[in-house]
Amino acid sequence: MQTPARFDYERATSLQGAIASLKEHEDSRIIAGGHSLLPMMKLRLASPTRLIDINDLTDLQYIREEGDEIAIGALTRHVELLKSELLAEHFPLFKDAELVIADPVVRNRGTIGGSLCQADAAEDLSAVCAAVKATVVITGADGTRTVPMDQFHLGPWTTAVGEGEILTEVRIAKRPGGGSAHEKVERRAGDWAIAAASAAVWIDGGVITDAGIALSAVGLTTIDLTRAEELLRGQPPSEELFEQAGAIASEDCMPIPDSRGPVDYKRHLAGVLTKRALRKATARALS
Amino acid sequence: MNISININGETVTRDVEPRTLLVHFIRDTPGLTGTHWGCDTSNCGACVVQMDGQPLKSCTALAAMCEGHEIRTVEALEVDGKLDPIQQGFHEKHALQCGFCTPGMLMTTRALLDENPDPTEAEIRMAISGSICRCTGYQNIVAAVRWAAENAEAEVQS
Repeated sequence: MQTPARFDYERATSLQGAIASLKEHEDSRIIAGGHSLLPMMKLRLASPTRLIDINDLTDLQYIREEGDEIAIGALTRHVELLKSELLAEHFPLFKDAELVIADPVVRNRGTIGGSLCQADAAEDLSAVCAAVKATVVITGADGTRTVPMDQFHLGPWTTAVGEGEILTEVRIAKRPGGGSAHEKVERRAGDWAIAAASAAVWIDGGVITDAGIALSAVGLTTIDLTRAEELLRGQPPSEELFEQAGAIASEDCMPIPDSRGPVDYKRHLAGVLTKRALRKATARALS
Repeated sequence: MNISININGETVTRDVEPRTLLVHFIRDTPGLTGTHWGCDTSNCGACVVQMDGQPLKSCTALAAMCEGHEIRTVEALEVDGKLDPIQQGFHEKHALQCGFCTPGMLMTTRALLDENPDPTEAEIRMAISGSICRCTGYQNIVAAVRWAAENAEAEVQS
């Protein structure tokens, strides 16, 4: 029988109340969907002294247009990301990823805020948000601050969210000519990725003006492929270009051998999935 | 802490530790052992119940998190001796052998049919992708869900 170590539980009734409680109680943690945190607590990989349940803070549960940005509340569930027509229209890589994140029952509970804060290198939404160059909004007692995704992950399972702070929102700029895709290979339904690649391109006048590529499960954190992004900028999209970007992905990823496969296989996958994601993202940008 | 949860229409109150998982709350207090306690890691789906109509893996929810929500377990499917069409479908199509995964399969597929009364085979397979069955090879489970979809008029309760 797997049971977490003892902890105190409280149900937050306001965001400020949750933040105050986080500050007051050392080693307290926010719980939302709980589908990563509770398994970790059962294995004693996490032993918070207090859980602050934010599931009643439904003000944090939305996907909406705000000017030239899409804003996603931290408590938005995977199933809502999967079914969002707004996201499918502007950032279809969310749907690509959500179809292969865990399973439909888990997707009913897990949240985008929890996924990003879990900061597991094999988690898909971190790569998705990195590729579309999202910013995250972090709220503390003194107000909010924003952090770009490329500065959000400080290391494995470590994020820019500080003590007494909560990730409250993900914001993504809508830019013209954009297309995006997420490609993943997993051993079986619901498993973590062996490797996954997220790609976004913005095309104007037949030329890639900007690109974002991020890899899951092939390093200690989500890997931003900045070298490949630089290669793509200013170039017309082509199979040869995607091939070169894939070669960079194979070189720049840092997989470890484990039960999901040896290093050379994971490097090969990173390259192939990068190429496929770029191909699909470009087709969507041009359609 | 004192927790009150509405389970199958009845309020169940018990003094439990905050770390009590929903699956144990359901099985221990009202003694509703139809909900099976399986892998304990949210992989196998044997413990699936419905919370506010949505399937939930009850091994990965604290009982405390479910206060104020409506939990429905496999025991609620049969009403006055009449099986729910999804139960009848499992019977007609021989969709179980050992039966360990069955409660979770039933609650998962009942929720699917409530949302999508005429699912395709692909939609059924996606819906049960978080539930593991080591006996049937899934073929008969898919057939049972189709049987229930085609015989929905047999439904007498929700």
